[in-house]
Amino acid sequence: MKSLKATGHQLADSSFQLTVLRQEVADTLHLPLFHEKLAEAGLFPLVPVAPAVLQINVGKMCNQVCKHCHVDAGPDRKEIMTRETMQLCLDALARTDIPTVDLTGGAPEMNPDFRWFVEQLHALGRHVIVRCNLTIIVANKKYHDLPEFFRAHGVEVVSSLPFYNAKTTDRQRGDGVFEDSIRALKMLNAVGYGQEGSGLTLNLVYNPNGAFLPGSQRGLQEQFKRALGKDFGIVFNELFAITNIPVSRYLDFLIESGNYAGYMEKLVAAFNPTAAAGVMCRNTISVSWDGYLYDCDFNQMLELNVASPVQHIRDFDVAALAQRSVVINQHCYGCTAGSGSSCGGATA
Amino acid sequence: MEKTYYNPADLAKFGNIAEWQPEMGRKFFDYYGEVFKEGALTEREKALIALAVAHAVQCPYCIDAYTSDSLQKGADEAQMMEAVHVAAAIKGGSLLVHGVQMMNKAKDLSM
Repeated sequence: MKSLKATGHQLADSSFQLTVLRQEVADTLHLPLFHEKLAEAGLFPLVPVAPAVLQINVGKMCNQVCKHCHVDAGPDRKEIMTRETMQLCLDALARTDIPTVDLTGGAPEMNPDFRWFVEQLHALGRHVIVRCNLTIIVANKKYHDLPEFFRAHGVEVVSSLPFYNAKTTDRQRGDGVFEDSIRALKMLNAVGYGQEGSGLTLNLVYNPNGAFLPGSQRGLQEQFKRALGKDFGIVFNELFAITNIPVSRYLDFLIESGNYAGYMEKLVAAFNPTAAAGVMCRNTISVSWDGYLYDCDFNQMLELNVASPVQHIRDFDVAALAQRSVVINQHCYGCTAGSGSSCGGATA
Repeated sequence: MEKTYYNPADLAKFGNIAEWQPEMGRKFFDYYGEVFKEGALTEREKALIALAVAHAVQCPYCIDAYTSDSLQKGADEAQMMEAVHVAAAIKGGSLLVHGVQMMNKAKDLSM
């Protein structure tokens, strides 16, 4: 399977995605646009609070090609953050007290300067989260020591595992992914990750394997803990239940499977003002592989840059960015549906 | 009258039944909501029971709703199909157990 970009798919064009989203919501379904819904809840324009997380996408290269990927990541993507841009991120962080740095991709570990970057972030005293797809740990011998590297630098590991069985997981993430993920989880457990009292946090991410919303995060967590414990002896800390956002490859799935209208209707009907008030874009700033700034990783993939004179990490200025409004569009309905959704799971 | 008895779009209009009898409608939906909350059974277990019953009563609306709900609550395909088999076993069993009645009657009638 190749990325949408590599196949020249129309949905690789972010402006086309935005057109498709607006047409479906407003013209086909005759539903309110997202900003209208926010206004009804007294939340428009959406304003940021003090940034708590700098989320850095260090590149779109990945060893997997998942069917729902909003990044359209894969082995054929070559966009990778350079050490110079990483240094700009470090310089920016040193001028702020943003406590958490969330590294994502692609598979962030495939960036050749990944370990150097983690070491520098750790030395700067920031809490580092790595969004690890698990299979990268067993993909090549050079990655086998990642659990030990993570442990040595106090990294919080957040890993996608959409289900506790192979059939469902592999259908979303590729053949053999579940088996490799289990191997990697055992390696993480072996160095202490997820073990009570170790202080090493291993959180899993669930996302629905189709055109439906996630159920109760607590209920899903209980099921995952029971199944992974019983079948494989695996332990972890928390499960984050994340809603699939209608962007890129997931948007392609919705359209191709005939579920697009139904899913958008579901998202709009499930709009929750409490979730809308707690969206992560209010306290997060997202940095792209080439150093540009966005309100979240989804906006980054849709090329919706921050609405601020500060556009690039080299000019990072918390006070100036605090003056902006968060850029929103129809995909944002994904984060405000039901119990809400963020990179840390439910928000309401 | 529609050309077919069942229209998928009608599922979303379920709440409209309260329009012609608001008080009973409200009481029903309050009760319905309460039943499906997590209690002695988890939400997933209740979704699977509802899915099995949906098949037993052969209600297309309910099958639509509780297939989605079971997936949403984290049930897997094997669990969902087992739930349907439970309904099938009870339906089949409830038919077959009447065979005893038939046998009794036949014995009464026979020499």
